[in-house]
Amino acid sequence: MIFVSILIIFMLAGAISASVFKNLINSVIALALVSLIAAILFYILQAPDVAMAEAAIGTGLTTAIFLITIRRTERTEE
Amino acid sequence: MSFISDYIYYFGAFGLIFIGLYIILVKRNLIKVIIGLSILETGVNLFLISVGYIGSGTAPIFSKPGLKASSMVDPVPQALVLTAIVIGVAVLALALSLAIRVYRHFGTLNLRKIKEQRW
Amino acid sequence: MRRIVSLILLAVVAVGVALSLSRIPFGTPKTRVGEYYIREGRKETGAVNIVTAVVVNYRGFDTLGEVTVLFTAAVGVGAVLQLFGGKSKYIKRRPASLILRTGCRFLFPLILLVGAYIFIHGHLTPGGGFQGGAVVASAYLLFYLGCRERRISEEATQAVESLSGLVFLVVGVLGLFAGGYFLLNFLPKGDPGSLLSAGVIPVIYIAIGFKVGSELAGIIDKLMEETE
Repeated sequence: MIFVSILIIFMLAGAISASVFKNLINSVIALALVSLIAAILFYILQAPDVAMAEAAIGTGLTTAIFLITIRRTERTEE
Repeated sequence: MSFISDYIYYFGAFGLIFIGLYIILVKRNLIKVIIGLSILETGVNLFLISVGYIGSGTAPIFSKPGLKASSMVDPVPQALVLTAIVIGVAVLALALSLAIRVYRHFGTLNLRKIKEQRW
Repeated sequence: MRRIVSLILLAVVAVGVALSLSRIPFGTPKTRVGEYYIREGRKETGAVNIVTAVVVNYRGFDTLGEVTVLFTAAVGVGAVLQLFGGKSKYIKRRPASLILRTGCRFLFPLILLVGAYIFIHGHLTPGGGFQGGAVVASAYLLFYLGCRERRISEEATQAVESLSGLVFLVVGVLGLFAGGYFLLNFLPKGDPGSLLSAGVIPVIYIAIGFKVGSELAGIIDKLMEETE
């Protein structure tokens, strides 16, 4: 219970910092942290298929697609 | 206090949904808006899985012989969320390719400046 | 001004959500169809993984819709990023360092093997077509980032993607001829727990694994190509 509370606090902190950072690459890495902790929470809630899908697709491919796009456009907000 | 400890997964999921909605409503950079969309989808998936959880249950796989059927969690929300995750990444890829196209045409990704330029 | 209005709106939504959320208890069984799937799933489909049985057999039509959505997104990315005029050329870029090149060449077939294992054993262990396809696409991403001189041929990727989608549809139509409705499980069920069991489920999941893997690899290839 304490472990789950700490994980959820980290996840919300990661989401808030994805909104606050000015450099877009830092925002994308905070998004990867949110996906990773969501995958761990899926496993704790006894759903191993969904945890595997979120870890492979959310943490790996989403971050990669975001970074490829940021490389072709601007890197900082405004 | 037990109210919070019982519903902590719901708080986490709805916290993500609200942060995602706030980013979509307030931020001006197009890629920030797409990041907010992704956070919103993760929050909704977490909420669906935490609704389907049954207390002291186990994963719905008959891995050992003699596992009783009444001690497993609900498998239907897991199937729905599996579909939702893959559709989320498909929508994200299309939205980012449209963002590249917008940048090539307008030269900027700031939504206020795009609204003022007006083709 | 915009911030204040949106915060008020979100506060109103939060109060409404909290009021309706207090009616959903946490950790109690809520529907009965899940219990039916767990009780009868192993006898009716032959699969040991109940989530796979729900995704492919009981809700197979939704999976067909999802595969269509993924295909539409891949076609959309290809159409939006297309360039007017001449063909795009891949710019000759600086090759990666020695450690990166050697590591990528060593790891690429191993990651492909892990992805193939995940989607072949979808009905026995946690996993399945979508997870295995994502791992295969990660292997292609490693290949693009590490060995930069060589390219995966685009025609082969598109051919694999189209053929595996066709296999899924042909299996469904064969079910229509064999039993009476689309996506009927017409192959023999076998012994639950062995590899060749669960009827038509491993065939469909292998087709979905190939399709998702080549589709996501094609999306990454389209996003990464540069022009002059």
